[in-house]
Amino acid sequence: MSSNTGLVTIGDAEIEVERRGAGKPLLLLAGEEMLEREAPFVDDLAAGFEVIMPAPPGFGASSRPDWITSPDDIAYIYLSLLDMLNLDEVAVIGCSLGGWIAAELATKDDGRLSRVVLVDPYGIKLGGAADRDITDIWQLSPQKVAALKWRDPEKAKRDTATMTDAQLGMAARNLESFARFCWEPYMHNPKLKHRLGRIGVPTLLVWGDKDGIVTPDYGRGYRALIPGATLTVIPEAGHYPHLERPDAFLTAVGDFLQAPRRGIAAQGDKR
Amino acid sequence: MRAWHFTEMPYPYYPPDEPSTRINLPNKHFDPKIGAELYNRYFDEHMIADELGLDLMLNEHHQTPSCIDTCAPLSAAILARQTRKARICLLGNPIGHRNDPIRVAEEMAMIDCISRGRLECGFVRGVPYEVYAANTNPTQTGERLWDGVDLVIKAWAATDAPFNYEGRFWHRRSINVWPRPYQTPHPQIWITGSSDKETTKRVAERGWVFANFLLPHERVKVLFDTYRANFIEHGLPGGGGLAYMPLVYTADSASDADKGAEELRWYLTAPRTEPHFRNPPGYMPVAANVASIRQAEKGGAAIARNASLDQLREQGLLVAGTPDAVVRQIKRFYDRVGGFDHLLMMDQAGFMSHERTVRSMTLFAREVYPQIKDLPRTTPLKVASAAAR
Repeated sequence: MSSNTGLVTIGDAEIEVERRGAGKPLLLLAGEEMLEREAPFVDDLAAGFEVIMPAPPGFGASSRPDWITSPDDIAYIYLSLLDMLNLDEVAVIGCSLGGWIAAELATKDDGRLSRVVLVDPYGIKLGGAADRDITDIWQLSPQKVAALKWRDPEKAKRDTATMTDAQLGMAARNLESFARFCWEPYMHNPKLKHRLGRIGVPTLLVWGDKDGIVTPDYGRGYRALIPGATLTVIPEAGHYPHLERPDAFLTAVGDFLQAPRRGIAAQGDKR
Repeated sequence: MRAWHFTEMPYPYYPPDEPSTRINLPNKHFDPKIGAELYNRYFDEHMIADELGLDLMLNEHHQTPSCIDTCAPLSAAILARQTRKARICLLGNPIGHRNDPIRVAEEMAMIDCISRGRLECGFVRGVPYEVYAANTNPTQTGERLWDGVDLVIKAWAATDAPFNYEGRFWHRRSINVWPRPYQTPHPQIWITGSSDKETTKRVAERGWVFANFLLPHERVKVLFDTYRANFIEHGLPGGGGLAYMPLVYTADSASDADKGAEELRWYLTAPRTEPHFRNPPGYMPVAANVASIRQAEKGGAAIARNASLDQLREQGLLVAGTPDAVVRQIKRFYDRVGGFDHLLMMDQAGFMSHERTVRSMTLFAREVYPQIKDLPRTTPLKVASAAAR
């Protein structure tokens, strides 16, 4: 599988971008732990697409300018990336934090997009001030968070002794950047739910039925705010269905990405 | 050497088997009637310390029974009015956690005026678990501390005309602090630090007091040397200084010294903080997080809560004994760290009674203080020799 990784300068940010495979462009926005970079399902996608995987500012080898404080800001960085690479008819898959960024991006400008897949995304708040829409992971032990995140929490375990200092440091910096961008408002942008109606390309939400961080009910609320969106719930999977049930995930996504573009377009494309 | 009386104002009467006493211990365990007695008792002790010729230190924490002084400016205001001679060190304002630094500038100026210039104005970044009570972004606590202090000082200095401020964290219109501080241009600033040499250098460069709490003497010396080296490098003529806080108990007998020391050790052993509250993401630098994972792989480090009284005395975290023994322990620490200027004494903790606290303070003030008062002020180091360490 051909793959190259390099730094792209966007404004005052240096963004690490990996490009893997060949075909129509597929922008894959990883989750906050960046586990997708090593996940086998990406090679399956790269068999039919050119997968473009940027690391958000403050993640991987990307720099973190002070002015970037939220996923909303990161969405603008990625829009610039699409302009710079001059990509059209781009399919976007965003997972967890990456799903939130994908939603932000599509509400701002979906002109270069063909479809959007959001996998257990954060980003909106549906309940009242004292309701917990999104489990507060910062008030729980890492073990409890893993149990809520994974159907099989063993998958969350890392043997730090086998990791280099550089790998440990990158994981610590990823976590730090995640907190920096998502601490308050906690894991949501109060404006996003009012903007989701702007998304004018076919959108699929994929949800793990055992996700204890954002539940399938939250996913149904998300779907209701995006015109024509559909929701596929994958059984026996937690917050990362694409990692725990890659076959079921690839089937759902493959069907969606290859289906003829109808439905949304019939309701009136906003562009 | 100046000596400062300090208690965190603990509320120790909660069930001892609670797994967590910080952030999430339900406040049904707080009995307001007991709390009322404790508050008044602790202020009485500050007033007695004032009469004994000691200075006074205050701090604040949130959502914990180990410290029910949740609003140090309120306590400082009470002491500004109820004491006469003592300097009042508020160490400190968690300015990064306060959403309005200008309000802090007003509070401090008012306390300074009421006390007729007895305020020492400290600022702190806040210990890790404080970000949960304040909901401050844990990756920005250092940046908010320095921006906040700079804004307070700029506000105090603007005596001719109001100004607008549009910074990274705060926007304010027409800043014009009434009253201005009693001391001109403003009270002495204090800053705390426990590991970061860059912070220590910045404090020295500005001529502010650098303080740290309950650290082994080897680590204190590294930080104090960093301060002294940078102090002279910037050619500062005076001001500033170094402060250290141990647990301090002065006793009538050696056996009572150990009893008092055990009572004070409550502060090191009783509070329980869940691991994730001790290390919110981004509070510690990435390299420190990696180092702590490597340390954990080796089985972790011995921490103060497991140390014996003798070990704590040897490291300097505990000063306890008869008056002459206390003098010896303080002088030993003073020599080991290259001198310092302020002895911040946590001389009350946990269940230590009013009577025993006052007896210890009295013995200290009458028999110890005269023997250490004239220890020379710490002097700046030659840069070259400090750099060679």
